[in-house]
Amino acid sequence: MTLLALFGVISSAIFSGTSLLYTTLGEVIDERSGIVNLGLEGVLLVSASSGFAVTALSGSPYLGILVSVLAGGLMNIILGYLVITRKANQLASGLALMFFGFGLSALIGKSFVGTKINSLPRLLLPGLEGLPRIYTSLFKFDPLIYLVIPMAFLVWWLLFRTRWGLGLRAVGENADIAYASGRNPHLIRYQALFVGGMLAGLGAAQLAIAYAMNWTEYMTAGRGFIAVALVIFSKWHPLRAIVGALIFSAAVAFQLLLQSSGVQISPFLLDTIPYLLTLIVLIAWGGNRKHSAPASLGRVYQGSE
Amino acid sequence: MLKTSEVAPRFPMLQNKTIILVIRYLYMILLAFLLFGVILLISGKDPLQSYKDIFTYTLGSAYGFSEVLVAMIPMLLTALAVALPARVGLINVGGEGQLYIGAAFATFGALTFSSLPAWLLLPIMIILGMLGGALWAFLPGYLKSIGLVNETITTLLLNPVAPKIIGFLIFGFWHSPMDTIKTPNFVEAARLPTFFGTRIHLGLFIGLILLVLFWLFMKYTRWGLEIRAIGNNAQAARRNGVPLKKYLIIVMCVGGAIAGLAGMSQVSGFYGVLLLNFSMSLGYMGFMVSWLAGGEPLGIVLMSSVISVIITGGNLLQLTRGVPYSVINLLLAFTLFVVLARPNLIKGKK
Amino acid sequence: MLKSPDSISSFFNVVSMRGITKAFPGVLANDQIDLDIYASEVHALLGENGAGKSTLMKILYGFYRLDSGQIFVNEQPVTIQSPHDARTIKIGMVFQDFSLIPALSVMENLALFLPQLPAVLDVKGINQRIHQVSERYGLEVNPDALVSQLSIGELQKVEILKLLLADARLLILDEPTRVLAPHEVQALFKVIDSLKKDGYAIVLITHKLKEVLECADRITVLRTGKVAGTLLRSEANEECLISLMFEKKLGSPIVTHKKVSPEKVSPLLELKDVSTHAEGLETSLKAIDLKVNPGEIVGVAGVSGNGQKELGDVAMGLIHCSHGKKFIFGDDFTNRSIQEVRMSGVAFIPENPLTMSIAPFLTVLQNMAITRTKKYARMGGLSMDWQAVRVDVDRSTQKLGFSFPLYILARSLSGGNLQRMVVARELIDEPRLIIASYLTRGLDVQSAIAARQALVQARDNGAGVLLISEDLEELIALSDWLIVLYTGKIVGNFRPEETNVYEIGHLMTGLEVEHVENQ
Repeated sequence: MTLLALFGVISSAIFSGTSLLYTTLGEVIDERSGIVNLGLEGVLLVSASSGFAVTALSGSPYLGILVSVLAGGLMNIILGYLVITRKANQLASGLALMFFGFGLSALIGKSFVGTKINSLPRLLLPGLEGLPRIYTSLFKFDPLIYLVIPMAFLVWWLLFRTRWGLGLRAVGENADIAYASGRNPHLIRYQALFVGGMLAGLGAAQLAIAYAMNWTEYMTAGRGFIAVALVIFSKWHPLRAIVGALIFSAAVAFQLLLQSSGVQISPFLLDTIPYLLTLIVLIAWGGNRKHSAPASLGRVYQGSE
Repeated sequence: MLKTSEVAPRFPMLQNKTIILVIRYLYMILLAFLLFGVILLISGKDPLQSYKDIFTYTLGSAYGFSEVLVAMIPMLLTALAVALPARVGLINVGGEGQLYIGAAFATFGALTFSSLPAWLLLPIMIILGMLGGALWAFLPGYLKSIGLVNETITTLLLNPVAPKIIGFLIFGFWHSPMDTIKTPNFVEAARLPTFFGTRIHLGLFIGLILLVLFWLFMKYTRWGLEIRAIGNNAQAARRNGVPLKKYLIIVMCVGGAIAGLAGMSQVSGFYGVLLLNFSMSLGYMGFMVSWLAGGEPLGIVLMSSVISVIITGGNLLQLTRGVPYSVINLLLAFTLFVVLARPNLIKGKK
Repeated sequence: MLKSPDSISSFFNVVSMRGITKAFPGVLANDQIDLDIYASEVHALLGENGAGKSTLMKILYGFYRLDSGQIFVNEQPVTIQSPHDARTIKIGMVFQDFSLIPALSVMENLALFLPQLPAVLDVKGINQRIHQVSERYGLEVNPDALVSQLSIGELQKVEILKLLLADARLLILDEPTRVLAPHEVQALFKVIDSLKKDGYAIVLITHKLKEVLECADRITVLRTGKVAGTLLRSEANEECLISLMFEKKLGSPIVTHKKVSPEKVSPLLELKDVSTHAEGLETSLKAIDLKVNPGEIVGVAGVSGNGQKELGDVAMGLIHCSHGKKFIFGDDFTNRSIQEVRMSGVAFIPENPLTMSIAPFLTVLQNMAITRTKKYARMGGLSMDWQAVRVDVDRSTQKLGFSFPLYILARSLSGGNLQRMVVARELIDEPRLIIASYLTRGLDVQSAIAARQALVQARDNGAGVLLISEDLEELIALSDWLIVLYTGKIVGNFRPEETNVYEIGHLMTGLEVEHVENQ
């Protein structure tokens, strides 16, 4: 196998891993506040399609990204209305949101299939200027890729070093205690969903506007569900989410590598790695409850009488 | 004071206040259609005409109606696969995966024993399909029963794995000479019989009979009583000597088996071939049907028929009005949203 | 003498509660209670379980709203509608089941309740404040540790720190020593002492006399929702407190004791050196030796939380023995499941029928069948013979003289009826061994007598009974043999006629007594 092929594989793994990491970070925030969003797939699709549409219409990818981000936040607010205000079941509401996303994104994206857009500029990874041209083209990344790791640290900081994050985690662990400390669990959960949705929107924007640069129906191809798995894998921790996304990217890369080198391992089986790995990790923690899910994840907060 | 309540679905009762409920559901569905009408209007379609199309087709024509019934079949089963475990407090979100594995097992039977006569082959396929689904549900049930991992998470994680295994099997071993994304067509003996010259197949009757059996089982049998006791108060049931762990595992596996049967009936009755990604969220659909129906058999029939009308009607709109099929998901989603949000039509009712 | 860093004592001198009345369905928990809590004082609220101590303090903390009465701070009337209100007037409470978030660190749990927490957490600064306060009062705890990793004693330190950091001046501690080891109790008393010296007011809810006499300055004894007496420490001694706590009720014993000859028979239930591991707030049993012989009622006395629930659970097989052996009807049942225990003919009346015994959305009749579905199953289980259930139930209820509706949902039964239902159900098959916790809780006098008579009758027919109760009169009247549990250990073991309520009260509350051997 050539060095070129290897680099190509690494490069595409980075591209595909980035959107996943943003999405996972968003879901980390949702779940830390106690809400599991199974409709992430739908959120991603609506964000991607609306961002792509705006980019195509306005010619500005930045405007497109902004719309993606807002669309993600708003999609999550719909979920919030159902599960926070109407106290509906989180899993069923998430699935409904997923179908909503399938439909709405198809409607938005319908007339943009095959449209070409102005994408984000791509900048060479610093320090690689000396490489031959044929290689450097593989290591030109869009700004969203460069921002994703700092974003993970930012999310960590928000969750673990600010008053807001402390309150958010308290709500996710025990809404009654959070309420007793003078906080409004409903409001905090709405905020968490909005922020989490915006991050998912950023992931969708990276996927549609920066990476794929086109819109196809159902282009997220299960990323939402992978993100949900990765949140569990990373034990609801934003920095471990980086590791999770890396493993996923590595699996993708590995699969591409094997294909390019002619080894016969079914890509289908490789696709199962992130899920099986998560499952194994879950079983391995076992009874160790210390780092498990936020304690009130999935529960309805009834509020005071 | 404050209360944080368990996520365990609070099922609306489908017994006494049936009429009020029917009115409420009709009102909600009306609301959903209203919302979707706005969407149609925005995309330049005439909503009234579209709805007229949907209803005259699905409910006004014999063939259209038969198509609604066909669409209902897998949902009846996948909903039951959720409703039964819910009775012991298990949340089975894994219908999608169990359905795929059931389909794979049944396909294995169809391809391996293709020379057998139908009366032998079909029962083999049914048993295999149920076995597959049960196997896929065993791990979550077992892990839950020993208090290790929550079944919601495990069933969910196993969902995306199943279609990949199908892909592996089709691509690697089973694909037809012409096509790499599906198996060869099943022999006639491996097809569930169809009726009335329509696509309605035996699966419909299996589904309905299972729902009736489920109702009878829960109401009359010793095990139904114990299951209800567990669902009411698992700790008390345990103290009263009901074998809790055994029930958790078995009921989960039976749920999986029913979802596996749904997979079998789709490949054998509907497609006659195992296709890559054939389910298209049927398992998730079943989860929502069951949840919205409060896990009651009659409610499952009602909810799945409503959703089938929407889906079948959507197929029609796609053909006649150029509405992209996936937009029908919007109508579906609106219906689900309004039912989930439970707007109060009648004061004081919750 | 008073070293008050920020003029604590100037904030309040006295909190007064006047005429506090609070009723719960069926119970008058507080009846016209007057109470004064002074700064720089430890005020012990003493009383049996159900005397109304916790209710009174939860009213002060705004957790319950009072039905009538008034609360004053420094003679000014105040209204306390919620814990938030209570905290703004600097009243804080530590509950028995701690309200900390296990997944967060100590620092985070404390920061959550800090007034004026800045938007960006100043971890160092917060840790410094924690350190200052914890050092001053001997409440050292690692601020970076996760709460889930702390011992019970440390959890309590964190709870107290939480109140101090949130500027509480009156600290209510609800049975703080219930789950502490002896050395932790001593440490806690030191903390309380240094808080008192700094001007804090401390209310100590307890039923342990020894502790009261050790650290309280003022003692209020509650009995059945009323103040039985308020004393200064200097006026109090064990005898007068016990007589205030346990009103001597006059009443003829319902039954006569039966002579048994324990040498001959083999015990129905035997625990040999049984110990268990406690989870969470449970109590672990330590080296329990116990025999229940045929025709014998063994009473278990103790204040709740000292291992009675666990004793019943171990006997039934709900909790596994970490050490020792268990025999039922002579067979080794140490590792058998509860199904096997029940199948062998053991009946179980748990302490709380609603949470431990009832399927609320099944009918009463269905609940009656749930413990022995196999017996009533017909056609291999495909149907249930409800007529047979009915016959059994009628027989049992007639014998007991109970009557309650059978065809309504169990959840619509009153507490007393629920208990009647459970008693009737458990006695249907004439069990050979009965494990009964709080048999007569919630029952009216007549039903209580009937339930007791049923036990005695079963005993006279040769069954063995393990009777767990807090009603000492009941225990003394019914038991053929009596043990007292304290912190998971058997601290008393005698025939009831050899003892009296006072002695049992001593043992239950952790006082060492020299047991006077009757000749």
